[in-house]
Amino acid sequence: MESIILFAPLAGSLVAGFLWKPLGERAAKWISTGLVILACFFSWIIFFGFDGTAYTVEIARWIDSGSMMGDWAIRIDRLTAIMLVVITSVSALVHVYSFGYMAHDENFREGEESYRPRFFSFLSLFTFAMLTLVTADNLVQLFFGWEGVGLASYLLIGFYFRKPSAGAAAMKAFIINRIGDFAFLLGIFALFFLTDSVQFDTIFEQAAELGETQIGFLWTDWNAANLAAFLLFVGAMGKSAQLLLHTWLPDAMEGPTPVSALIHAATMVTAGVFLICRMSPVMEYAPETMGFVTFIGATTAFFAATVGLVQTDIKRVIAYSTCSQLGYMFVAAGVGMYPAAMFHLFTHAFFKALLFLGAGSVITAMHHEQDMMNYGGLRKKLPYTFWAMMIGTLAITGVGIPLTHIGFAGFLSKDAIIESAWAGGGAMAPYAFWMLVIAAAMTSFYSWRLMFLTFWGSPRGDRRRHDHAHESPAVMTVPLAVLAVGAILAGMLWYGPFFGDHDQVAAFFGMPHQGAEAHGQIGSVFFGPENTVLADAHAAPVWVRVSPFVAMAAGLVLAWQMYLRRPDLPGRLARNQAPLYRFLLNKWYFDELYEHAVVRPTMKFGRFLWNRGDRTVIDGTVRGVATAFIPYLARLAGRAQSGYIFHYAFAMVLGIAVLLTWLVLAGGAE
Amino acid sequence: MDNLLSIVTFMPTLAALILAVFLRGNDEASQRNAKWVALIATTVTFLLSLFILAGFDTSETGFQFVEERDWVFGMKYRMGVDGISVLFVILNTALMPLVILSCWNVKDRTKEYMIAFLVLESLMTGVFCALDMVLFYVFYEGSLIPMFLIIGIWGGDRRVYAAFKFFLYTFFGSVFMLVGMVAMYIEVGTTCIGACGPETVGLLQHEFATGTFDILGVHVIGGMQTLLWLAFFISFAVKMPMWPVHTWLPDAHVQAPTGGSIVLAAVLLKLGGYGFLRFSLPMFPVGTKLMEPLVFWISAIAIVYTSLVALVQKDMKKVIAYSSVAHMGYATMGIFAANKQGVDGAIFQMLSHGFISGALFLCVGVVYDRMHTREISAYGGLINRMPAFALVFMFFTMANAGLPGTSGFVGEFLTLMGIFLDNTWVAFVASTGLILSAAYGLWLYRRVMLGDLIKESLKTIGDMNLREKAVFAPLVAITLVLGVYPALVTDVIGASVDALLADNDAALAEFMPELALAETDSH
Repeated sequence: MESIILFAPLAGSLVAGFLWKPLGERAAKWISTGLVILACFFSWIIFFGFDGTAYTVEIARWIDSGSMMGDWAIRIDRLTAIMLVVITSVSALVHVYSFGYMAHDENFREGEESYRPRFFSFLSLFTFAMLTLVTADNLVQLFFGWEGVGLASYLLIGFYFRKPSAGAAAMKAFIINRIGDFAFLLGIFALFFLTDSVQFDTIFEQAAELGETQIGFLWTDWNAANLAAFLLFVGAMGKSAQLLLHTWLPDAMEGPTPVSALIHAATMVTAGVFLICRMSPVMEYAPETMGFVTFIGATTAFFAATVGLVQTDIKRVIAYSTCSQLGYMFVAAGVGMYPAAMFHLFTHAFFKALLFLGAGSVITAMHHEQDMMNYGGLRKKLPYTFWAMMIGTLAITGVGIPLTHIGFAGFLSKDAIIESAWAGGGAMAPYAFWMLVIAAAMTSFYSWRLMFLTFWGSPRGDRRRHDHAHESPAVMTVPLAVLAVGAILAGMLWYGPFFGDHDQVAAFFGMPHQGAEAHGQIGSVFFGPENTVLADAHAAPVWVRVSPFVAMAAGLVLAWQMYLRRPDLPGRLARNQAPLYRFLLNKWYFDELYEHAVVRPTMKFGRFLWNRGDRTVIDGTVRGVATAFIPYLARLAGRAQSGYIFHYAFAMVLGIAVLLTWLVLAGGAE
Repeated sequence: MDNLLSIVTFMPTLAALILAVFLRGNDEASQRNAKWVALIATTVTFLLSLFILAGFDTSETGFQFVEERDWVFGMKYRMGVDGISVLFVILNTALMPLVILSCWNVKDRTKEYMIAFLVLESLMTGVFCALDMVLFYVFYEGSLIPMFLIIGIWGGDRRVYAAFKFFLYTFFGSVFMLVGMVAMYIEVGTTCIGACGPETVGLLQHEFATGTFDILGVHVIGGMQTLLWLAFFISFAVKMPMWPVHTWLPDAHVQAPTGGSIVLAAVLLKLGGYGFLRFSLPMFPVGTKLMEPLVFWISAIAIVYTSLVALVQKDMKKVIAYSSVAHMGYATMGIFAANKQGVDGAIFQMLSHGFISGALFLCVGVVYDRMHTREISAYGGLINRMPAFALVFMFFTMANAGLPGTSGFVGEFLTLMGIFLDNTWVAFVASTGLILSAAYGLWLYRRVMLGDLIKESLKTIGDMNLREKAVFAPLVAITLVLGVYPALVTDVIGASVDALLADNDAALAEFMPELALAETDSH
């Protein structure tokens, strides 16, 4: 069953990619979709049937060199089981949704080879790569999936290959991810150097020792656990678009919207969070790195939320929102509350996929118009989409009844993170708490702004687009409905196992002992002996527990004031605060900074090395040395028309042979 | 078959002789005959070479299929393969039929062209099989000549310049090797490399002197070994090519015809890496150890430097040529890391690069055959009319960038791991090649393939034909198979690499106790 989950999407990808011509386009699409649904079905069976004991299904040998042994295997534990259902469920829904969304695409001309089977093939390929990532039982297979999803992401961002912007965005995504992967690889090497293994189990057994070991790396010695954890986290920053390595994610919206939902919201970008949780036994002994994780996560949550406030492209708003929510997850992981990180990952997958697919439905209805300034009053025309987006918004902003466990999915998981941040140890935790609360207010503001601009008010922009706007077909609205159910219930249903009392969490995550003894036991996540965040978070005072709700309410009221009651306010504010507005609109100028500080100097340096290094210095020197021979060479070259060249070649053979034999014989004579 | 190696080695030469003697005229029919003879000969050679692989005992560390005969001037003709060389033989024989197929459109002096490739194949196989230093030298130097002709006669506009540059650079390097070989013969009294029979101590078994001495006022630590190591290093470094003696390669590649570029990148460069493994590492372990930092840094610089240069090229072939230099940097680094992962990775990298770079030059050849230009700016949006080609080119671009699941990853991963265990600075610098290889590869791909098809001249360009697909199919297959199941390679080379490293450790332990201490905890 595990193998079917893993390989069914691969088979679907190959069938859709290579066999669609004989099978027909429709059949190919259904086969790939059906195989993902099958994988989804089995994943839920594993999720519900899993008893907490990790097991591994060996498939084949892979890289095997001395003690370096990374095999193909499927490791099933609670973390994997959670990821399996997230990946396959969203993937299956996105496959179905794509039947409608990709049916007619203006980026492709009539009469060309169909783009649709290719799209389904790439989606399934992505699903396969993502599954290999989460089922890995060693770092190298994880890296395979890690780069595999990068490939699929590249292919899908660049899907509209005629658009220059799509090609550029795809390349940018891959290269920035490679920067993260560069550190990730060094992290793997460091762990191998320290533990002589890339297998998780072997590494985890030695994790406590790593915390006491020094390793020489570059200019000085480092604490081994801190260094390895840091390098792996830099990899996670690339994949999960955390601050400094985040610039590719907004551009990735060049891809078709189902791709944004599946890859750039629900699954791939959460791989970094998964990695940190997976490596929790090492992370727990790396306090400085954990502080850094918390800092980056909190800052990203804040930064991305500020940028989201002013964007007008509907997909970009949601993209920045994703970036911000990923920051929340990293904060949870950074303070050692891995179950809360996984909880938010789990609920976020539902409501963020819902928001993206809803946005896709709006975009289709508006004939690929993505600027919210040209929307308005779509509530009546797109009733199902409106309600779906409404539920998504209620979930992401965290609407619920304070001090109870009743609320939309985001209410429970986000509050869990904020409480954990408050309870977390380390210098960064208070900073993270306040950043996250402020970000929660901004999340609420930009989410409601999106809703108000899109669905309320009067139609703006091109009249005809609004006249032709109509609700999407059932293949698109049904996936929305399914995700909406998840966005409502996922938090309430799974609050206990993810963030309930200690026994529940320990049992769910398969820690061998319950209660206080669960500490120091390696389950699918690991709490170090000093990690008391879960208990502390539950003891948080009331003001901490209601703070996210207050923040949410504040954001809602402000958005309502600015976009429904006083629609002239935003424009005036932008004029009054022009420098700030431009700073946010230009995303804190990160792209410009990188362009001038990295990209151009690199190209310039390359040209310098080529012109000055290769041509002037190296070839120039050689030419200088060879000056003595130049008359001879020139004569040769001048006469070396193709006919004569044979003579020279023959002369060379003779020359070599004579020289050789003479030297050997002369040498032998001594 | 006692002389299987000789049969495999000289089968192509036999075909070349047949062509030279019996085929007359340059009309279409004789051109076709020449191509078919060459194709059949190389295919048969490949199939025969599979018998070597089939009969190869992977648990054996010594040489197998050993042949010994009397040769000229009282020297011996000795052939044999071990785990380190056997797969290079297969690489060579496997690629040659594809090279011949890729040259199917050559109209100018087809017969001679085929003869050049057939002779070249023999000589390169000979290098990998030779167990006698003189024989090795003859094959090694001899292989220059057909390549020289291929570039000089069938090359592009500046072919003569490129051919001479190629020849002079490599010949310059070889002179030092020749001197080194003479010195070795004087010291050991034999030219036999290995498997020399019971009474002779071969070069691989001989312990070269390491006593420090002064020469021209320079204090040579490691003595004879260091000097010999340097002599061989110059030759192999030029061949490989290593920075800063790499500048002949881009010119040679750009001017060479497609088939020539493939052979050059895929096999000919590997002679250098093979030389390091056959001579430098086992024969001069002390010299190797002493010079290790030099090689590390040259390799790391090569990776970054040539990758940056690749980024700014305007000619498609130059991008791939510079990329080749960078990829060979991983190989040299891995070899001299002198640990299991490094050497395994280096051999793997060389084999894998043979297929991947060969395929990339073929990709350039595909569009060059249609448009007769290699200028990147002359292209754009080819994906619109060439979907099959777009897929293949994407695949090999990613393989070249070391995407896991392709063979490109395994070599880079293992060599970088090997070097990390030895020197984290070098590993850090070299690993940036991971980012840069993605950058220049995807940047090239984007400019050539993506975007709308605007240029008038490209409006009628056609996708790959059946012959071209047939050439690519095996390359795609082998790149994937080795990427998913690299044990096919590591199992074959494993025992020999272990033995090589064990000897190396033992030699170091004897001569340099303080250095060997650091080695004993190697992984």
